[in-house]
Amino acid sequence: MNKEKVASFFKKNTMVLVLVIVALFFTWQTQGRLLYPQNINNLISQNAYVFILATGMLLCILTGGNIDLSVGSVVCIVGAVGGTLMVKQNMNIGLSILLMLGAGLLIGIWQGFWIAYRRIPPFIVTLAGMLMFRGMSNIILQGYTVAPMPQGYLNLFNSYIIDFFGGEGFNFTSLAAGIIIAVIFTCMRFRQRMVRIKKGYAVDSLISDILRCAVISAVVIALMWKLAMYKGIPNILLWIGVIVLVYGYITSKTTVGRHFYAVGGNEKAAKLSGINTDRVYFLAYANMGLLAAVAAMVTIARLNSANPTAGDSYEMDAIGSCFIGGASAYGGSGTIPGVIIGATLMGVINLGMSIMGIDANWQKVVKGLVLLAAVIFDVETKKNSR
Amino acid sequence: MAKILLEMRNITKTFPGVKALDDVNLQVEEGTVHALVGENGAGKSTLMNVLSGVYPYGSYEGEIIYEGDVCNFSKIKDSEGKGIVIIHQELALVPEMTIGENMYLGNEQGRTFGIDWNKTYGEADKYLAQVGLKESSRTLIKDIGTGKQQLVEIAKALAKHARLLILDEPTSSLNEEDSQALLDLMLEFKKQGMTSIIISHKLNEIAYVADKITVIRDGATIETLDKSMDDITETRIIKGMVGRELSDRFPKREKKNIGGVAMEIKDWTVHHPLYSERKVVDDVSLHVSKGEVLGISGLMGAGRTELAMSIFGKSYGKKISGQLFIEGKELKLHSEKEAIKHKVAYVTEDRKGNGLILSNPIRVNTTLANLDGVSKHGVIDADKEILVANEYKDKMNTKCPTVEQNVGNLSGGNQQKVLLAKWMFAEPDILILDEPTRGIDVGAKYEIYCIINDLVESGKSVIMISSELPEILGMSDRIYVMNEGKIAGELNAAEATQEKIMSCVLKSSKGE
Repeated sequence: MNKEKVASFFKKNTMVLVLVIVALFFTWQTQGRLLYPQNINNLISQNAYVFILATGMLLCILTGGNIDLSVGSVVCIVGAVGGTLMVKQNMNIGLSILLMLGAGLLIGIWQGFWIAYRRIPPFIVTLAGMLMFRGMSNIILQGYTVAPMPQGYLNLFNSYIIDFFGGEGFNFTSLAAGIIIAVIFTCMRFRQRMVRIKKGYAVDSLISDILRCAVISAVVIALMWKLAMYKGIPNILLWIGVIVLVYGYITSKTTVGRHFYAVGGNEKAAKLSGINTDRVYFLAYANMGLLAAVAAMVTIARLNSANPTAGDSYEMDAIGSCFIGGASAYGGSGTIPGVIIGATLMGVINLGMSIMGIDANWQKVVKGLVLLAAVIFDVETKKNSR
Repeated sequence: MAKILLEMRNITKTFPGVKALDDVNLQVEEGTVHALVGENGAGKSTLMNVLSGVYPYGSYEGEIIYEGDVCNFSKIKDSEGKGIVIIHQELALVPEMTIGENMYLGNEQGRTFGIDWNKTYGEADKYLAQVGLKESSRTLIKDIGTGKQQLVEIAKALAKHARLLILDEPTSSLNEEDSQALLDLMLEFKKQGMTSIIISHKLNEIAYVADKITVIRDGATIETLDKSMDDITETRIIKGMVGRELSDRFPKREKKNIGGVAMEIKDWTVHHPLYSERKVVDDVSLHVSKGEVLGISGLMGAGRTELAMSIFGKSYGKKISGQLFIEGKELKLHSEKEAIKHKVAYVTEDRKGNGLILSNPIRVNTTLANLDGVSKHGVIDADKEILVANEYKDKMNTKCPTVEQNVGNLSGGNQQKVLLAKWMFAEPDILILDEPTRGIDVGAKYEIYCIINDLVESGKSVIMISSELPEILGMSDRIYVMNEGKIAGELNAAEATQEKIMSCVLKSSKGE
């Protein structure tokens, strides 16, 4: 009995454990430099686009292992539009952002239309998009880099939340935020537990609930502590947080989210159950365009420029994060928290190897192997459970 | 006493946590047809998988003696090399390849590089003649019907020089006529000295074809009946299978209260989705009343499923014409969602392919057709969903540890219950059940029949499509017979017999 519990715990949390082991390994190899506050900060800002794109990519993958190859190019073209508007036309920042989001959504609708209502294979439609939008970015930018971005725009993404306490060298706001998040999480968890007990439903054992809350609170507070020792909470973390919370909620709690899983699990059964499967495909790809626009905004802010090679191979980072995070290559399973773990794992591997000074080409080899291993693991465990 | 061709001695096979086979013994005489019967999950397929080497030597206990030799098969090729060929329930043919290519798939004729197509097709045609299939071996599999595909599988087995033929539910997807032909073919092979093992749920077929019947229950051999000594009847076999006498296979309804017309269709015509000039359903008019079980009988390919699906939100076919009335009001149902909204449900014949999400738990499958019933403003109430799933699990008597169990891990009968539960939760007034008891065991069938009776007693209408004549006769209040897309006859339960139904079909085929 206990043995089974331990086994199922390991199976459920494999990637979390792998992440911990990998992080410990790199901490050891870099003599602790991996966990320097500045590096933690970099981990977040360097991988912001991965978190955002992977969230959208998960929805595409859920529909049946379908991927969107065009996101890198969409990031580039939306960035090119934004850069041109803000730098060359001196357009208002807010309006520019709206236009960028609109452009991304329009591209998503274009691709979604062909995939959902004309049933052109997603691989083909997005491969075509990958070529088209890359070419169009070059045309818009005429092959040049547009820089620098207006300061007001950069502040939205690159600066830090001000410290209300005005501490010297230590950002108390950040630490306070960490503690508040931990308290809110714990309270919600236990409120849900109370409700369930009251209604007579099965609940996890008290110890496991306490442990879970303790571990998550500790991680959040430690993260915020580290950030406090640098410059505080980066704005970008807020953007990521909002997106992750919204999509996490949609996928796990709403009927729309359930429809995504149903279509990926058995499209025919979903259709005969009255689910509009065409609309599910359409939403997945339209939404991917929208999130690619958000990623584009982040990217041009970070590069402080829009250039024709921006977003190159971003689609691979997003797809990789989803599969490493436990999304099924056949669709129908995968979660937002899983994808976040997957993206973080990729980020830690990148950062760790960079600090160690490992050649970029070797980094690619390692990332490829990790991706393959993750999918092999997914397929094998499914075989055993059958 | 004839020569024993195959003997399986004290076979025990355990899966983690489950003893699937417990000391099973089986003796098959040469030149006989030996039937293997038992409820779903009794261990019939596991036993055959042990025999054919799917579970390699060493993963089970006991021994297999074939033609006097102890055999240790480690893969399927080993058993096939000895002439033991198994034909699985799910046909394993490639639709886009020709009959000949399929027959020699993995056993290509010719040299290592370069296939001898003349030999392939020449040999294939010979075997096709042997099984009585009048098709060229150059025909594509997708262009022939299921009945003929089953014959191709048998021809394929012959091409492998089979001496012991194992047929797992060979007639489960065949109509009565094709089934009969297949059984006669088995008897013909027997005359030629071939030995076969048949696994089937259809007891009338077993009684017809088998010389000996071994009953397996809960992973153990219960008894072996011999046609020459025991009096083999369906009741006798059922007694062995379920361990008790099942006096009445169809539960009686307490009271019948058939009300007004619930749904009516007029001049309903449906065209094939690809070959749009072909009429799959041709000018059909029918009605179903409240509190009535309406049976739709007919051969495979008569257009019954197509009719049902075209009514259910046009989920099949093109250029659908005709009128549909529900409660006397004419309606146009353009999507499955609209059909569900107007309280029509279609329970598919293909529960694994079109009905359930096998990788998802019972809970998710139960609420799939009526997610709004457990959600508010598009947000799912997780607690309510669990409550609903448990309620239906109890109501249907689904056997599972919890509702979080994945549907793929359930037996066929329990899967069918989950599928029915899903549609009952959608609260329809008119349920179209397409082959509701296909491939499930006698006990589970009985439970499904009881559920159908409960439904109509509460005033709902049930349209039951079935290829099993006893089931149609035992359950229906009124019967439509369909043939070649048309209604070939309408019979009242009181007057209907198997002969009358078949004669309706035959007359309509002749165009009388």
